[in-house]
Amino acid sequence: MPNAVHIVVCAGIVPDPLQTLEPITTPNGPGLKNEMVLPAVLDPWAASALYEAANLAAKNPGSKLWLVSLGPKAKLQQVMMTVAQKVAFELVPIDGPIGGFPDAHSTAQVLAETIAALPGLDQAKLLLFGGWESATRGAGVTLQLIGERLGITDQFQGVDQIDFRDDGSFEVLERVEGGKHQLSVCSGTPAVLGWATGNLPEPRNNPQIGMANMRTIMPALQKAKPATLAANGLRYVSASLPKQQRATRVVKDLTPDQIARELVAWIGAE
Amino acid sequence: MSVEATTLDSPAHVLDRQIMEVDIACAGFGPAMGGFLTALTHAWTKNPADPAFESKVAPGMPLQVVCYERADDLAAGVSGVVTRAQGIRASFPHLNPAEIPMAAEVSSERVLYLLDPIGASRRSALLRLGDFFLRFAGKLAGVRDHAFELPWTPKFLHKQGGLVLSIGQFNQWVGAQLMASGLVQIWPGTPVSEPLFEENISSHAGRHERAVAGLRLADQGVDRSGAPADGFMPGMDVRAQLTVVGDGPVGQIGRALDQKLGTPEGHARREWALGMKFVIELPEDASNPDALNKKALARDKVIEDAGGEDSTLQLGTVWHTFGYPEPEIFGFLYVHPHRLVSVGIFVPSWMGNPSRTAYRYLQHYIQHPALWRYLKDGTLRSWGAKSLEESGRRGEPFLTGNGYARIGEGSGSTNMLTGSGVDEAWTTGTQLGEAVVELLHAGLPFTQQNLSKTYEKNRRASWVERGAREAQNARNGFHGGIVKGMIGMALAGLTGGRLSMHAHIPPAHKQISRSSDGLTLKDAAAVALADGRPLHDALLSARGWPEIPFDGRLLVTHQDALLMGGKVQAMPGFADHVVFLDRELCIACIEKTCIAMCSGQAITLGDDDLPAFEREKCVHCGACLWNCAQSPDGEHSNIEFRAGSGGLHSAEN
Repeated sequence: MPNAVHIVVCAGIVPDPLQTLEPITTPNGPGLKNEMVLPAVLDPWAASALYEAANLAAKNPGSKLWLVSLGPKAKLQQVMMTVAQKVAFELVPIDGPIGGFPDAHSTAQVLAETIAALPGLDQAKLLLFGGWESATRGAGVTLQLIGERLGITDQFQGVDQIDFRDDGSFEVLERVEGGKHQLSVCSGTPAVLGWATGNLPEPRNNPQIGMANMRTIMPALQKAKPATLAANGLRYVSASLPKQQRATRVVKDLTPDQIARELVAWIGAE
Repeated sequence: MSVEATTLDSPAHVLDRQIMEVDIACAGFGPAMGGFLTALTHAWTKNPADPAFESKVAPGMPLQVVCYERADDLAAGVSGVVTRAQGIRASFPHLNPAEIPMAAEVSSERVLYLLDPIGASRRSALLRLGDFFLRFAGKLAGVRDHAFELPWTPKFLHKQGGLVLSIGQFNQWVGAQLMASGLVQIWPGTPVSEPLFEENISSHAGRHERAVAGLRLADQGVDRSGAPADGFMPGMDVRAQLTVVGDGPVGQIGRALDQKLGTPEGHARREWALGMKFVIELPEDASNPDALNKKALARDKVIEDAGGEDSTLQLGTVWHTFGYPEPEIFGFLYVHPHRLVSVGIFVPSWMGNPSRTAYRYLQHYIQHPALWRYLKDGTLRSWGAKSLEESGRRGEPFLTGNGYARIGEGSGSTNMLTGSGVDEAWTTGTQLGEAVVELLHAGLPFTQQNLSKTYEKNRRASWVERGAREAQNARNGFHGGIVKGMIGMALAGLTGGRLSMHAHIPPAHKQISRSSDGLTLKDAAAVALADGRPLHDALLSARGWPEIPFDGRLLVTHQDALLMGGKVQAMPGFADHVVFLDRELCIACIEKTCIAMCSGQAITLGDDDLPAFEREKCVHCGACLWNCAQSPDGEHSNIEFRAGSGGLHSAEN
């Protein structure tokens, strides 16, 4: 029996991870060199959450899906031109800063207040989705804080699957150690799910979905409310990238096992 | 009136495709489309309630204007750009370059003839004689760091008052403004596979009239050959009153139109070049483009002359070079803000050597002493390549037809005398935009006749056309050698095109020489077999070019370059977009120049002498299209370059 749910996906935007990212110190604290120049994408973890949310909404008629995103309006618009072709949703943009360094509590406060004020949202039916950590700093804090601010105590992190039962309860698979999943059963909504990758492939670009989405996304962006994030005394002492080394070779005559052995030896030597 | 929609391959719809109706559908987003959509948007924002801008397909709504771009992001463009920006400034009268990342006003310009410090370059006896005299004269003639600076920059090359740009950042800047208006939707990551044609039987004349009725998007969820696979989604048909084609020199839509509708008598696209460039971040102690030049300050007696050589590059510096690494290869260097430098080369189709290649030549180029003194200790930030269509007006297709118009580089707007294309492309876009606005106000349909009376007429009367006519024969001499080419270019440049050299320009595949390097080919083949490197790379070594001293920072392997900057990738679920048509021709081909010139090493030698293509490495430069030494019909390439996903991801190109 379908369960109509109200799904709110919280998704930030992050610099395209394929770009060269260099931490620098700015007058406002740590940042990335030329961050505003870099193309942005939807946070990959949160993107998985969005696709899972759309899949769930499609399987449960009567459901609604919102995408709440905090970021500079111009950047949000660029990202939406890609994301909006994938799945149907209602965008709730907040015009504010992006980055891995703003205080998670301030961010969670802005998002929670926005979600609580969503017209038509039934918090009893709420599933709050997001990435189990963000691609910006990977602290894995913000989504939990949003849930707490909304009074949601059933929280799951590292989720790869959710399956509803007929009685409105649902099963959740969360990642645990050793490559395994923990199976939990939740009696019902509301709940917070911080997604890992899920099981769905990235949806194809569908121009019809894009055009339909744009009819609401563009007006929403134009009306996006500005938000500033308080520092709350947070101060970063330093920030650095993990050490990386690259040595690329093209080989055509080695077996996968030989390549794997060579890689293991190289990693061990480093 | 009966209407039957067709595509190139199928006489009837085989699949159930989704259909969407819009007013204007656009293929490709680059400077030309930016100009078109800017002109349209500017006119609309002056009076959004103007009934002329009401949509015909969605009454009550504004025009439905969609633009489809193959690249994954609007910022993923590739081009080292210096431009006079005449047309761009006309569209943005209050343009402040500081608003566009990596943009700067041109501050100084030099033309350098680069001598060969190594002795591996293939130079004619005449050129060697000239080099000898220059070396002999040395500093007296102004030779320094194996480079001779022309005492003045020819007027036709001048970019004074212009801008250096990152085309990716410029496209992103323009795109953001367009989308903020709300009139236009620009969809990245959406390759377009073919135009939609309609055959109308005109009730007046009783004759068939062919019209373009829109665009078909590429199928998704297919295997490499294009057959349906997991998650198959047929590409949507986007039907439109007007289709604007600005998909560049190797765009699938433009070439499909040429194939179906033909080209003007005597026009053909036979002249090409591959532009390949690095974006390098200079070390802090070698350059501070944002600070004042100490030498200039000393000259003006602002500070004391501390002596020593000037080792700074000023913001907005523009260099044009020729002569090295091979006489046929032109080069450039532009200085952007924040110590970023675009430096690159052009490898032309008239460089007949079948093992011509770009990446390694580019690495030798930046190590030339005249450049290396500034660039050494720099860091490679990104890399990219694209084909330039250098036929200019001689390659101009039919600019208009029923339901469509062509703009930009694919419409032959590049000026090969001044070496500029961005501003020309932009201007053709604005010319079409203004024409469309005129037709909308007049309530007239987008027929060939109406588009010709507005867009074509304005284009023919503009500086773009004047420049195209002056440039038309400017490069003919290069088909007879570099010295003849430079003389011809100077002749055309100094006489405004009134005098020029004559040449017969053969199809691109015939410009590839069939003669081998003799002994060096044998030596190179032995080297290539021994250490697995590509043959063209081994050939350069066999000819005496030194091995590149890789440092992992600026001088990196070709594969590493694909991983730096924005990397290269391709979405799954799309077919291979480089297709070798007649495999027998490939097997018989000795030259295999497509492998040597592939910018991303995406084409390699596979089994049984057949080329193998890896789409994940392809940067969509289109070099393979004109570097095929074979032809199934005497004119066109044996390689088809179709619509595909992915490519470069760098935002700093």
